[in-house]
Amino acid sequence: MAEASASSAIERRGPGEALFRFACAGAATLLMTALAGVVVSLAIGGWPAFRAFGPAFLYTATWNPVTDVYGAAGPIVGTLLTATIALSFALPLALGVAVFLVEFCPARLATPIGIAIELLAGIPSIVYGMWGLFVLAPWFAAYIQMPIALSAEAGSWADTVFSGTPNGANIFTAALVLAVMILPYMAAVFRELFLTIPPHVREAAYGLGCTSLEVVHSITIPSVRRSIVGVVMLGLGRALGETMAVTFIIGNSHSLPRSLFDGGATIASTIANEFTEATGALHEASLVALGLILFLITFGVLAIARALLRSTDL
Amino acid sequence: MTRADRRKLANGVFVALCGIATAIALSLLVAILWALVGRGLGGMGILLFTSDQPAPGSIGGLRNAIVGSLIMCGLGMAGALVIGILAGTWLAEYASGTRTAATVRFLNDVLLSAPSILIGLFVYELLVAPFGGFSGYAGAVALAFIATPIVVRTTEDILLLQPAELREAGMAVGAGRALVIRRIMWRAARTGLLTGGLLGFARISGETAPLLFTSLGNQFFNADAAQPMASLPTTIFQFALSAYDQWQNLAWAGALLIAVAVLIVNIVGRILARESHLS
Repeated sequence: MAEASASSAIERRGPGEALFRFACAGAATLLMTALAGVVVSLAIGGWPAFRAFGPAFLYTATWNPVTDVYGAAGPIVGTLLTATIALSFALPLALGVAVFLVEFCPARLATPIGIAIELLAGIPSIVYGMWGLFVLAPWFAAYIQMPIALSAEAGSWADTVFSGTPNGANIFTAALVLAVMILPYMAAVFRELFLTIPPHVREAAYGLGCTSLEVVHSITIPSVRRSIVGVVMLGLGRALGETMAVTFIIGNSHSLPRSLFDGGATIASTIANEFTEATGALHEASLVALGLILFLITFGVLAIARALLRSTDL
Repeated sequence: MTRADRRKLANGVFVALCGIATAIALSLLVAILWALVGRGLGGMGILLFTSDQPAPGSIGGLRNAIVGSLIMCGLGMAGALVIGILAGTWLAEYASGTRTAATVRFLNDVLLSAPSILIGLFVYELLVAPFGGFSGYAGAVALAFIATPIVVRTTEDILLLQPAELREAGMAVGAGRALVIRRIMWRAARTGLLTGGLLGFARISGETAPLLFTSLGNQFFNADAAQPMASLPTTIFQFALSAYDQWQNLAWAGALLIAVAVLIVNIVGRILARESHLS
């Protein structure tokens, strides 16, 4: 009796075991196939554009659905420019917030603020986009853009750098919205990163008489330097690929931006605006080709980020 | 000025700068929440949930978009949970420590933060273009692709957190690996698995970009996922960019609705995560 039930248990194990293992491995394979599928489908879909325009697709800035001529330089420059400006605003602020919460803020206050920032990092980007469109853009146009436009002499450097339609929809405000969007995310991850440093290391430095600045500068930051770069790359990856926070407010112009306050476009905003209304096969292919370029850029950035963060749990 | 004074001064400036950075960051975030609540609260009401989107200039709600979002997020989440839990289990239980697992984990982490608009393009090329039409199913597939990496990640983390003795005890009474995983490991890890699901759900419920070219949107009420389907984020996108006050107000109400829903789901997820010792 006991023998029979034991053998039937083993029999039950046989096919079920293999089947379950197969299902698990199959799910992982499916996921990897999906990633490969993204690259392949973007390459196939964008191929007609690369064939029609050759390498010039990358460095010409004509984007004209009427004559059916497309060059990606405008959106590529717009993507890199907005992401870089956004990062240069968000990085120092995020580092400052994380250091403040970990080093100076009393724990009773630091924990709720930390949690609040983490929760804000999860708010959908379309909310940031709407804030940019309805609050930031009008404010920026009235209080920053107009005064500068009125005070800058024609032909002066200020006129060159800050010229543009004073409606608040431009590369710079799009970058500001991006900065506000990645700020809570980066601050939350930096804070988590700093909290992984064993407290006795910092306490030892304080015990030697170091000031807070010296502890942060010579202990905290050097001990997680690689990971800090990794987090910066993660933030950059977010900013490069973000669609909704940017599309509302960048002004949607495909020419190369002539100034910081000029309308522009990013790759993601161009795809979001035009894909469902693409006028012809070549237009659609050019948009998919833009998608492939964005994929390659972000994949590179995110791969570096993950390689740098490999030792951490972030 | 002595050296000690200089150090003190530099430190004071540093502390002040960090404090200012925190003040700026918090006031920006408060400004966003202020605008969101201030402009969205007026549109909140029973009508928002009971009537469909209005023609420009008339009164209405967002019922069609809310229902579409729930259907697509529900379908997408179901797919993401099945694929994600199985793939995460494979990483933690079968392939743990191998090179293949390291590569899969690495690529999964990249997929985790890949631009969501590209997932939309991919699903368009995969499902919409060849099968001739936008549909709620295509939208659900796009959302599933976005949620799956999150579920994979939390599943692997939570399974690796379980004590090895659990596995050994199961093996010791003669259970096979699959049985141990299904009956013991998953059961022990169920709060963590639920957390992964909630985090994934919170992420996709606000996603707009991947739905633009997959589910497209629909101005009428529609519960048939084989047809183009409205969703809250795409409707908000359309209404916010419109020239009509009524539509813009509905967009703010919808944005507030999504933000509140995402916050609640994330808070519940965090509480569960703490219970299961997932950081």
